[in-house]
Amino acid sequence: MSEEPTVAGGAIAALEVQPAWERRHVLDLDDFTRPEIEIVMETTDAMKEVLGREVPRVPALRGKTIVTLFYEASTRTRASFELAAKALGADVINVAASDSSVQKGESLYDTVRTLQAVGAQILVIRHGSSGAPYLVARRVEMNVVNGGDGWHAHPTQGLLDLYTMRSHLGDLRGKRVVIIGDIAHSRVARSNLWGLATLGAEIVVCAPPTLLPYGMRPDGSPPEEPLALPPVIVETDLDRALEGADVVMALRLQLERMASGLLPSLREYARLYQVNEERLARARPGALVMHPGPMNEGVEISSAVARSLQSAIEEQVTNGVAVRMAVLYLLARGKP
Amino acid sequence: MSESLTIRGGRVIDPVSGLDAVADVLIADGRIAAVSPDAGKEAREAVDATGLVVCPGFVDTHTHLREPGFEHKETIASGTLAAARGGFTTVCAMPNTEPAADTAAIIEFVLRTAQAEGAIRVLPIGCVTKGRQGRELAELAELAAAGAVAFSDDGSPVTDAHLMRRALEYASMLRPPAGGLGLPVIDHCEEPALSADGVMHEGWVAVRLGLQGVPAAAEESMVARDIALAGLTGAQVHIAHVSTVGSVELIRRAKSAGLPVTAEVTPHHLCLSHEAVLLGPAETPGGLAFDTNAKVSPPLRTSEDAAACLAGLLDGAIDCIATDHAPHAVEDKLCEFDQAAMGISGLETALGLCLSLVHDGRVELPALIEKLTIGPVRALGLDRHIESIGTLSVGAPGDVTLIDPEAEWTVEPERFASKGRNTPLAGRTLRGRVVATVYEGQVVFDDR
Repeated sequence: MSEEPTVAGGAIAALEVQPAWERRHVLDLDDFTRPEIEIVMETTDAMKEVLGREVPRVPALRGKTIVTLFYEASTRTRASFELAAKALGADVINVAASDSSVQKGESLYDTVRTLQAVGAQILVIRHGSSGAPYLVARRVEMNVVNGGDGWHAHPTQGLLDLYTMRSHLGDLRGKRVVIIGDIAHSRVARSNLWGLATLGAEIVVCAPPTLLPYGMRPDGSPPEEPLALPPVIVETDLDRALEGADVVMALRLQLERMASGLLPSLREYARLYQVNEERLARARPGALVMHPGPMNEGVEISSAVARSLQSAIEEQVTNGVAVRMAVLYLLARGKP
Repeated sequence: MSESLTIRGGRVIDPVSGLDAVADVLIADGRIAAVSPDAGKEAREAVDATGLVVCPGFVDTHTHLREPGFEHKETIASGTLAAARGGFTTVCAMPNTEPAADTAAIIEFVLRTAQAEGAIRVLPIGCVTKGRQGRELAELAELAAAGAVAFSDDGSPVTDAHLMRRALEYASMLRPPAGGLGLPVIDHCEEPALSADGVMHEGWVAVRLGLQGVPAAAEESMVARDIALAGLTGAQVHIAHVSTVGSVELIRRAKSAGLPVTAEVTPHHLCLSHEAVLLGPAETPGGLAFDTNAKVSPPLRTSEDAAACLAGLLDGAIDCIATDHAPHAVEDKLCEFDQAAMGISGLETALGLCLSLVHDGRVELPALIEKLTIGPVRALGLDRHIESIGTLSVGAPGDVTLIDPEAEWTVEPERFASKGRNTPLAGRTLRGRVVATVYEGQVVFDDR
């Protein structure tokens, strides 16, 4: 720990003059204002600068303890948070809790109280049940970062997607962002919807009706209860959806969806909804191709498109570390 | 023994006789002895009910007392005390205990324990199927002989339509000596293939929170099935906790066709909606409460559904109000929404919550009292077991509830008599409360 450079450097130092960050937790993007998103974006720029250094480390969070508590398997998100925390000089404890430990009698509540008692200041939690981070945030002093909860939210993924889009397209106002696939069960989609709506993008979702949330009707009829999610254009036809797209985001298809009768087959899904070169021709030339990973290549996206020059998929992963550094930094610094 | 109790000067409402006037109620030897403007004139001691409403003790067709097996959630002693505090003098105990009440021995245990430790009357409900497994009929005749007043696998539906048919046919021969149809089968209508892993109403709140929904059709499809089976068998089906527009309409039509179908609705399905899951009782980080205390089966639905339930209650499609009192331990609710137990501890807030409908001008007070007294009695035919229960007729059990319909109070679950503190109403101010409860002539709750 003492081997790290002790000078934060220009970009980080410049952040000190930013407007106060009031937020204690990052649970979803639904209540993020545009200025708050801007703060994260600018802080991410600074963190990217840090990551570009020969020794990509700053001691900004030295002495802080960050716990990642993952109730679901995850490679990229957990690793991304861990790298982010380490790059800021924090101590990191990774706790992999299986859902079975819940059944063994250790409640989430007890677990997080214990982690707080041992001295964690920031808790990153991934949980299969929607709302779990809210339960925690209500009852602990720690700052809580939602690392993905059920079908509900994945705010750092949303932020890294926004960051990636902005770095290619600039201001997102009026930009046509098409999200394709399992919207109903996707926390990534939900957080993106909120963030994109706040930044003024035109959002199109494209999926068969079985993968759309209740009330999101493809026939153009207004939803009965309009408060559920930001307004979007709903298409079941991929070609129509892709017309004039600036961003094309394919979502991972959970393979168990077939068993619950949501889809007839992968083959039919790929035929109707796979983002491939031929379909992509309908989008704007050079449209950005994104995917939150992990990909089922050949199902929701063709290998050729995933590896094309238009693809920002690897860049999303890289940006993920910087965005998570920004979030951890802002939470740690914002605390009185 | 010639103990007597006089309740003097209250506004006496007895829906069965249509009485709604200031009068005295005289109880002697545990039974109603007289109700008249001067019945209490001679009494040396009397309960002064001036300014209060005096009515028959409430009857709940749907109470989870949890004993035996889940005594950490509730016991017969704590549950009946909670009932007394809520103005109830009779509760029908649901059989989803551990072991389930699928044998005469458990029915006898419940009755014996209630006799020894209970504050009020407990009428047990027996299982429809052995172990509530939905595979073989429980010994319904033995359960009836032991004292079961109805049958239910509540918590679960009787999913197998054929078995439900046979249960209805078999129960139809179990007629109480006082007559009428056979003992009713109470069904928790929820098509499991449709409700699947749903944890709240399928609607905009579920979408907002990313929670799996239970569509209204999960209930309605089984209500429709049960109505068809009531027609097929001529036996009585009682639909538990109706919660949707469609169910109310199906039941209304079944009744107008003369089918032996009855139904109940809970105070929370009348007065709350699925937004309660989102908003919770207090400010929450991120603004989303994911309030597990509002997680209940069937789920809280839309305000349109609640309005339809109320309309059904008023036009007779729904016979009565039932609490579905479902107490749980703190840890059953202090957890992830998906894992949280379903249920609301409802006995002690039932009246206060339902009175909001009176104060809003949507229900007349006598009509509400009817749905808490003679309504449930008639729905399950309980007066075949306890003569004149749910009324203030001379000779009826001396069960009387005293209400102050105007008194405001704040719901403080930590002060409940129930062990179940699980209510989405915590911190909410309700207008109208139970002041005292008299059971068989004894004051079992007194908060004057």
